[in-house]
Amino acid sequence: MISARALEKRYGRKRALRPLDLDVASGSFLVVTGANGSGKTTLLRLLAGLAAPSRGTLEVAVDRGRLGYLGHEALVYRELTALENLDLYGRLYRVPERRERIGMLLERFGLWEARGERASALSRGMLQRLALCRALLHDPDLLVLDEPFTALDVQGAALLDHQLAELRGTRTVVVSTHEPERVQRLASARLALT
Amino acid sequence: MTFLADVATLARKDLRLELRARDTLPAMLLFVVSTLVVFRFALPEGADDVAAHGLLWVALVFTALLGLARAWAPEREGGALEGLVLAPTDRSAIWLGKSAAVFIFLCALDAVALPAFALFFAPVSLSTVAGVLLANVGICAIGTLLAAMAAASRTRELILPLLFLPLAIPLVVGGVGAGVSAEPARFLAFLGLYDGVFAILCWASFEYVVSE
Repeated sequence: MISARALEKRYGRKRALRPLDLDVASGSFLVVTGANGSGKTTLLRLLAGLAAPSRGTLEVAVDRGRLGYLGHEALVYRELTALENLDLYGRLYRVPERRERIGMLLERFGLWEARGERASALSRGMLQRLALCRALLHDPDLLVLDEPFTALDVQGAALLDHQLAELRGTRTVVVSTHEPERVQRLASARLALT
Repeated sequence: MTFLADVATLARKDLRLELRARDTLPAMLLFVVSTLVVFRFALPEGADDVAAHGLLWVALVFTALLGLARAWAPEREGGALEGLVLAPTDRSAIWLGKSAAVFIFLCALDAVALPAFALFFAPVSLSTVAGVLLANVGICAIGTLLAAMAAASRTRELILPLLFLPLAIPLVVGGVGAGVSAEPARFLAFLGLYDGVFAILCWASFEYVVSE
């Protein structure tokens, strides 16, 4: 599903990602680790199509509409409610049975009671849960998650553990994390960036 | 049809955000009215309608600039623009949805500015109204694109006027001409042509503005 050859990213003279070869088969669960500044976020942004390679080639064999991405920001409108944000993205992604799907995700991630709250009023952890709902809303074939456990409390992290275990083997998942032990048992491949 | 549905969804979202936050349109309305009041006292006694029409367009263009400067603020704050870019919608729908919302804001602005102009200066002719509406289309098309470009910069407050004002000059020429000329059709046709050309250019180039 993902094939990269000598993939490299630079911002001006600064190298954000060292040349990298990568093959990820469909249904794989890739865990990306590395120190701060090693290029984890850059790699995931390249995979999501939010950045373009400076050198090398990258092929991601999935349509834009079948990719789910969780970044460092929630990618939601702060003055819309949790429900309105998901409804907006549900329309743009043409999610079938949109309301039911949104309701199910809000319930699953413990946001149902907060569905009428503006995103700006949500705590950091709740905002991360909303961002996860947004990334999963259209049931993507490829899920790219950048530090998904950030800001989640014990209950939120357990919910995400459960969600990732469900997706394992049925979807292609790429996760970057500073806590590799957390997703160790799910990983089918590992990439350590230096 | 899906393209138009996406445009409607995005424009509705902007209107909802404005109705909720009320941080763009009230500022624009206050600015245009206070500017016209200042111009009323600045214009010498006995000045003709041509000068007054010129001042109307100065007020409209600078007020539009105020609105355009805030047009992409909601997308900047939560990283929502990346969310839209990731969605499987045609990226020009993002531009058109935003332009449609800005057009509605400008029409609301005109609904206050033109009666105020009639009150302070001179009656508003139908050709003036037509000129304003046509100029709104051009302001939205170009302004929304340039505001998206400027939004990525730290000096966006400086860059947007520098980019927008030179391109707004033909709109001012056409708008003033439509209001004061004995043959307004010529100026209205010019505005229509300008709108058409720049709408196509902006439509085609927005993809590159939001892509790295």
